[in-house]
Amino acid sequence: MALTRSNLLRPLTTSLYRPFSSTSSDSIITVETSIPFTGHNIEPPSRTVETSSFELLTFFKDMATMRRMEIAADSLYKSKLIRGFCHLYDGQEAVSIGMEAAITRKDCIITAYRDHCIYLGRGGTLVETFAELMGRQAGCSKGKGGSMHFYKKENGFYGGHGIVGAQVPLGCGLAFGQKYNKDEAVTFMMYGDGAANQGQLFEALNMSALWDLPAILVCENNHYGMGTAEWRAAKSAAYYKRGDYVPGLKVDGMDALAVKQACKFAKEHALKNGPIILEMDTYRYHGHSMSDPGSTYRTRDEISGVRQERDPIERIRKLVLSHELATEKELKDIEKEIRKEVDEAIAKAKESPMPEPSELFTNVYVKGFGTESFGADRKEVRAVLL
Amino acid sequence: MSIPMLRLAKWGLISKRCFSNTTTCESGKTVNLFSAINQALDIALDTDPRSYIFGEDVSFGGVFRCTSGLADRYGKHRVFNTPLCEQGIVGFGIGLAAMICITDRETAQLQKSSLQIISFPLLIRHESLWSQIVNEAAKFRYRSGNQFNCGGLTIRSPYGAVGHGGHYHSQSPESFFCHVPGLKVVIPRSPQQAKGLLLSSIRDPNPVIFFEPKWLYRLAVEEVPEHDYMLPLSEAEVIRQGNDITLVGWGAQLALMEKACDDAEKAGISCELIDLKTLIPWDKETVEASVRKTGKLLVSHEAPVTGGFGAEISASIAERCFSRLEAPVARICGLDTPFPLVFEPFYMPTKNKILDAIKATVNY
Ligand SMILES: Cc1ncc(C[n+]2csc(CCOP(=O)(O)OP(=O)(O)O)c2C)c(N)n1
Ligand SMILES: [Mg+2]
Repeated sequence: MALTRSNLLRPLTTSLYRPFSSTSSDSIITVETSIPFTGHNIEPPSRTVETSSFELLTFFKDMATMRRMEIAADSLYKSKLIRGFCHLYDGQEAVSIGMEAAITRKDCIITAYRDHCIYLGRGGTLVETFAELMGRQAGCSKGKGGSMHFYKKENGFYGGHGIVGAQVPLGCGLAFGQKYNKDEAVTFMMYGDGAANQGQLFEALNMSALWDLPAILVCENNHYGMGTAEWRAAKSAAYYKRGDYVPGLKVDGMDALAVKQACKFAKEHALKNGPIILEMDTYRYHGHSMSDPGSTYRTRDEISGVRQERDPIERIRKLVLSHELATEKELKDIEKEIRKEVDEAIAKAKESPMPEPSELFTNVYVKGFGTESFGADRKEVRAVLL
Repeated sequence: MSIPMLRLAKWGLISKRCFSNTTTCESGKTVNLFSAINQALDIALDTDPRSYIFGEDVSFGGVFRCTSGLADRYGKHRVFNTPLCEQGIVGFGIGLAAMICITDRETAQLQKSSLQIISFPLLIRHESLWSQIVNEAAKFRYRSGNQFNCGGLTIRSPYGAVGHGGHYHSQSPESFFCHVPGLKVVIPRSPQQAKGLLLSSIRDPNPVIFFEPKWLYRLAVEEVPEHDYMLPLSEAEVIRQGNDITLVGWGAQLALMEKACDDAEKAGISCELIDLKTLIPWDKETVEASVRKTGKLLVSHEAPVTGGFGAEISASIAERCFSRLEAPVARICGLDTPFPLVFEPFYMPTKNKILDAIKATVNY
């Protein structure tokens, strides 16, 4: 059933990033995940995933938007409109998309600095993203956070953290709060393969297991921590087994449907039995950050091989085409439309002014606390920190 | 400078290597800061077979290219990558340093015969390291009644603003470590200084934290002698003579202070500029001698003003030569806010802020 153009574009122009649910009246499509899940101390879920035409098309649009957004951020950085640190997510989109498809906004997500797309997946907008990246008032952290510090409290996104591994114990606290409040919700704590070697990971694992927290540790294994390949840094790169007494699941993180299945399974498990690790086997196309060309410690063949064989967007495109949910041209049109939307968002973000200089002194302490900041020689410049 | 002679003599004994204050022994190539550091590390590895470099990505040259080529030259058993686990890395370094100190205790007491160098950028910012550095490294000698120490340990870390580093990567955490007896804190201002001070830090029998000004890695370029030389620790240097006011700073800040001095000179004010180089233990005598001459003092650093090392300098100088001071000590420092992503120039102790304070202090 090929869709008409107007039909196709509706979700884009209304609310592209709504919570994904299976309320669509579409008929159910069953798909096998790319590869089986591997379990550690747990019986893995089935490879057969239920989806729908609506979901597959939404996956396609959302991932294509993320991809386009990151590529646009790359050029904005090169033209010096974005300064400071900037870590791109292209290649890893299926993790965010699949996860969102399995959970609700009552569930919490906390991640590291590679946070733009996680934020978008949680219901952030393109304008707020670009505004934050360029340090403008309209940004999701009022321009005060920048690339590594995106947050969206109302949708359970506890954000962007710059110190490797530091966000994971924070996630334990979130999960404890959820359990204490009987929220029937879980926390996804995301970290990289490099971060997996931090002591804090093991401290967090122990706490969450000891107190049966509804905690899901998501290791986004993109196989490199900056320029260090996983095998150089880890005695065992089977991160899903790192929890020992905590069960784990290895997931093809390039397959959004596998991610969805795994997250659904993990959520049910965590609510009943406590923590679980999900290792998402994924890949980042860009270098670690903007100062890393990304080609000195891995071969170009490796990168193009992943692009050709495992790309998460192409995987969904193939599914859409093989199930005849849309034509090739319709998908191309969607991509064109996304391009336009991203460009418009950038233009809009550029109109937003920089924060007021007085913002330098706000949010340091609680308002009205009355603490002073001293400048220059302690006599000339004084400001009450708000 | 009154004491340097004494120290020179002592250092001369300890080190048979060419030692100089001005590094004019031999001419060298013009290089930037990271190449100068690379040279120092190369020499350290070459001259002491028990020296090691380890840290995140160091075997590929590190984020700032300071360790380029060293793994190839000295082998992966001496220059190696660690996993991303700072607390563990520092603990490991302390243990390794202690081990070498035991087996070579006799020599270790006389001179530094071993070293390890840790090199990674965010080290100091990782809160859990605190315990390893402050509790394990700094107090090892003291609490073991001198049976053990980790004097061989030198921890290198970038610090300071780069124009766009944001909240974590632009911080200047030097004063935290100045509050820990047992550690030394060293900050170079230029490539030439960096090479000599790093070699001294490596060969010093105490654990040293060596902060490298991020801003200068590529930007600062000067002639650096190719041979092995050391510059003394705990010895400040008067880098510009003057009579009206003393300015004290370290690291990247000195370049700005120098410019402020030039501008002040045009307004008829003669400034004396001192590079402290070692923050702890610091050379009070040199600063005091200068303040006795000028009667005025200005200290400048990027770290927030409250509780910064400038506070310690002003208090000490007020104690030592209160009656000679003709104006309150001026501190031109970072603001008491987190390091901002936007408005960095607003936060920073810029040249004009320094210049204004020079004028205000001189006309007090
Ligand atoms: C505690 C700490 N150490 C070092 C760094 C510098 N650093 C930033 S990202 C990174 C690599 C992390 O790799 P990984 O966990 O695999 O995440 P990825 O970047 O691949 O998403 C490093 C070493 C840091 N931010 N924090
Ligand atoms: Mg990684």
